[in-house]
Amino acid sequence: MCLAVPMQIVEIRPDGKGVAELEGSRHVIDLSFLTDVRLGVYVIVHAGYAIETLDQEEAQTTLSLFAEIVREAQADRPYTEPLRT
Amino acid sequence: MNYIDAFRDPAVAKQFVRLIAEQGRALADQGRRVHIMEVCGSHTMAIGRYGIRELLPENVELISGPGCPVCVTDPGYIDAAIALAGKGAILATFGDMIRVPGSTSNLTQCRVSGGDVRVCYSPSAAIEIAQSHSDREIVFLAIGFETTIVPVVSIVDEAIRAGVRNVSLLTAFKLVPPALHALLADTEIKIDAYLCPAHVSAIIGSQAYEPFVTDYHVPCVVAGFEPLDILYGVNGILAQMLKNEARVENQYARVVRRAGNPKAQARMAQYLEPVDAVWRGIGVIPSSGLGLRPEFAGYDAEKKFGMPVHIGQQHAGCRCGDVIKGKLRPIACPLFSSVCTPDNPIGPCMVSAEGTCAAYFKYALRDVQQGGET
Amino acid sequence: MNTDRLVQLAHGGGGRLTRELIEREIVPRFGNGPLSGLPDGATLPSPGDRLVFTTDSFVVHPLEFPGGNIGHLAVHGTVNDLSVCGGEPKWLSLALIIEEGFAFSVLARILDSVREAADACGVTVATGDTKVVARGQGDGIYINTAGIGLALTGFVLGQERICEGDCVLINGTLGDHGMAVMSARQNMDFVKGPVSDTGSVQRLVAAVHEFGAEVRFMRDPTRGGVAAVLNEIVEGREIGILLKERDLPLAPATRAVAEMLGIDPLHAASEGRLILFCSREVAPAILKRWQALPNGEGAVCLGTVTRDKGRVVMETVTGGRRLVDVPRGELLPRIC
Repeated sequence: MCLAVPMQIVEIRPDGKGVAELEGSRHVIDLSFLTDVRLGVYVIVHAGYAIETLDQEEAQTTLSLFAEIVREAQADRPYTEPLRT
Repeated sequence: MNYIDAFRDPAVAKQFVRLIAEQGRALADQGRRVHIMEVCGSHTMAIGRYGIRELLPENVELISGPGCPVCVTDPGYIDAAIALAGKGAILATFGDMIRVPGSTSNLTQCRVSGGDVRVCYSPSAAIEIAQSHSDREIVFLAIGFETTIVPVVSIVDEAIRAGVRNVSLLTAFKLVPPALHALLADTEIKIDAYLCPAHVSAIIGSQAYEPFVTDYHVPCVVAGFEPLDILYGVNGILAQMLKNEARVENQYARVVRRAGNPKAQARMAQYLEPVDAVWRGIGVIPSSGLGLRPEFAGYDAEKKFGMPVHIGQQHAGCRCGDVIKGKLRPIACPLFSSVCTPDNPIGPCMVSAEGTCAAYFKYALRDVQQGGET
Repeated sequence: MNTDRLVQLAHGGGGRLTRELIEREIVPRFGNGPLSGLPDGATLPSPGDRLVFTTDSFVVHPLEFPGGNIGHLAVHGTVNDLSVCGGEPKWLSLALIIEEGFAFSVLARILDSVREAADACGVTVATGDTKVVARGQGDGIYINTAGIGLALTGFVLGQERICEGDCVLINGTLGDHGMAVMSARQNMDFVKGPVSDTGSVQRLVAAVHEFGAEVRFMRDPTRGGVAAVLNEIVEGREIGILLKERDLPLAPATRAVAEMLGIDPLHAASEGRLILFCSREVAPAILKRWQALPNGEGAVCLGTVTRDKGRVVMETVTGGRRLVDVPRGELLPRIC
C-alpha cells in the first residue's frame, strides 16, 4: 500500500523541508516527522514525506546475515538452525 | 551505499529459495499446508514483480490481504467525489484513484465530462493548487492506511498555518490492525501467519501486531518490500511454524521500531479520531478508520459541503470482497480476465496496480495461463 | 513585470506581424535551402527509386526538460521513424501551432534546437507553416514534422521475419525520456532528475544495413516504452520474448525516479533508442559496431526470441519469472 524508497538527505531547509537524493535524482521532501534530521542520513520517503530514518547499522546487520547464509551455502554446510533475527 | 540493490542480490535470493524449500518440505512431511497472508498491497506488487510466488513450495501459499487502500475504497466514496466535482470543486488525488469504479462512473470519466481532476504525487500539491485558485474549492481525496494518512493529514496542518481555507479532505482513511483482527475473527478464513506491512509498521510500530500473537497464536513477521526482504520474511514465518512458535519478528528493523514513529502518531492524534469505516467487499469494521475531529469540520469535505458519503453499488458478480479477505484466488472469480481486465476493471482489485487481481493479471505466468482454480 | 516579447494572434494573421515572425525567427535559421524565397512548397531533387515518408506531431509538457526540448523531439522523432523503416532521412517539414502569449525567447530556444538537431542529423528543413491560436486553445506550442528519406538498399525488414533464437538489441538505457519529462513537471518537486535520451538513431541504422536480411526488424520505443513494442511484436504469434532483469540497461537517475513513483521503466518512453531484431549470428558484430558510435555506447542485447507463444516474460533478479505487460492508460505516479 505504501510505496516508499530510501533516500539520503543532502540539504536541510529552515522551513522543515529538505532535499533527498537517490542515484542522482534529487527531490524536495518534508522532514517534519523525523526525530533525527542530519545531513547524510538515509530516510524512507513516501509521497514526498520522510516517514522514518533508515538505521544503517540495522541494515548492515541484516546484510551480514544474508552474507553469512551465502557463505554457509558455498561451504556446503548443511542448514541446521532456522534463521534468527 | 544503495539500500535498494543490496536487498535484491540474486545470490542471496537463491539461498533463501533453497532454505524455504527445505522448510516447506519439513512442513509437508508433517502434512502441513501454510497459508501466509501478505497484508499489504505493496507486498502483493513486489511478489508479482519479482515472480516470487512461483519460487515457493507447493504447500506454502501466499494469500493477498486487504492492504490496498484503493481496493478497499467503497464505490460510494467515488460517487461522492464525482458529485463534488460536479459542484465545481477541483479534485486533487493520487494517481492510484483515477480509474477506481464508483457506482456508475470513475474519475477518468468525470474528467472527460468536464470535471477538474488533478493527479498529485505529494499531498502538499493540494495547498499549492488552493493558493493559485483562491476562488475555487479544492478537495483532496484522502485515502490511505497509516503511512499515507500522515502526509495527507498534513494538508490540514499546512492549510491552518498558511491561512488557506479553500481546501478540504474527503476522508476514507483506514487502519490496518482492526482489519487484521476482523480477518482472524472470521472463522471461514484460514490464515496461519501474517507477513506484516513494511511502511505502515514504520508508523505504528511492530508492537501493533503483538495482540495477534497472544490472542490467535499467529506468527507475525514485519518485512520490507524488496525481494530479499520478502523471501527472508517467508523463511522466518516457516521457521516459526516448524517450531510451533508465534512471535512478532521485526525483520525490517532498519526502518521499523517497536513503538513506531511518535511524531507521526502525534500528528494523526492531533487531527483525527477513530470512526467506523466501510471496506469495499468486507463491509463496516468498527473503529477501523480515522476521520477529522469535529473542531476541524471546516476542512472536512463531507461536513463543509453537507454531502455525506453513502455506501455505493458494486457490480453484482464482483467477488472482490472474497478476494480481499483471501477466501478466493483471483483466478477462481468468474469475472477474472473474461469480463474484468485492467482495461475494463469491474472490481477494485483489478483497478489498482497493486490490487490482487491486477497483480495476478499483470505478472502471473502459471495461473492466468492455466485458468480455473489452482 | 515580464518584459519578454510575446506572440500575438496577429502573428498568425498573415499580415505584417506574420511576415516579421517568419523573417526574424524562421528565415535566419532555415532559409538557406529549399526554403529560401519562401515558396509555398519545396521543390526537391529526385534521388533514388524508393522513398520513405512519415509524419509525427509533438505535444509535450513541459516544453523544455533536462536533455532537450520539443524542438529536439520534433526532429529526432521524425528522423528516427524514417530510420527504423530503413530510410536515410533527407528532408523535413516544420509546422508550428503557437498559443497566443507564448514568449519569443522560448520560441527562439526551441527553433535553435530544431536547427541544431536537424544539422546534426544532416536533414534539411524544406518547408513549413506557422499558425497562432488564441490563448487557452493550445499548450504553448505544438509542432508537426513530416519527413522524407531515401530507402537504404539491403534491408528486408518485417515483423513477420522475426524468429525463435533471434536477439533483441537496444542502443542504450530504457525510459529516460518518459521519466525525465514526468519528473520535470512543476508539481513533482524534483530539483534534479533523469535526463531525456532524445537523439537520432540514423547512424546506427546506416551502420547495419550491410547485414541485410540478418536484420529482421527495427522500431523506436516511444510511447508505451519497450514493453509496448515487444508485446506488439509477439501478439498473436508463435514466438515470445525473454528478458533478463539483471541485463536491463537503466540510467541510475531514471531507475531512482521509477522506483519512487512506482513506474515500470519498461513502460516509459525513449526518444533516442532503437530496438533491433537480428539473427544470433550477427548480434555481436552489430553491438560492436554500435558501441563505437555516438548514441550507441550503451548498446546491449536486451533479450532473445523464444517459442513462448505471444508472451513477453522477464526472468527477475530473484530467479522468478513474470509477464511483462503493456502499459494501461497514462503513466501516473502512484503511492501504492
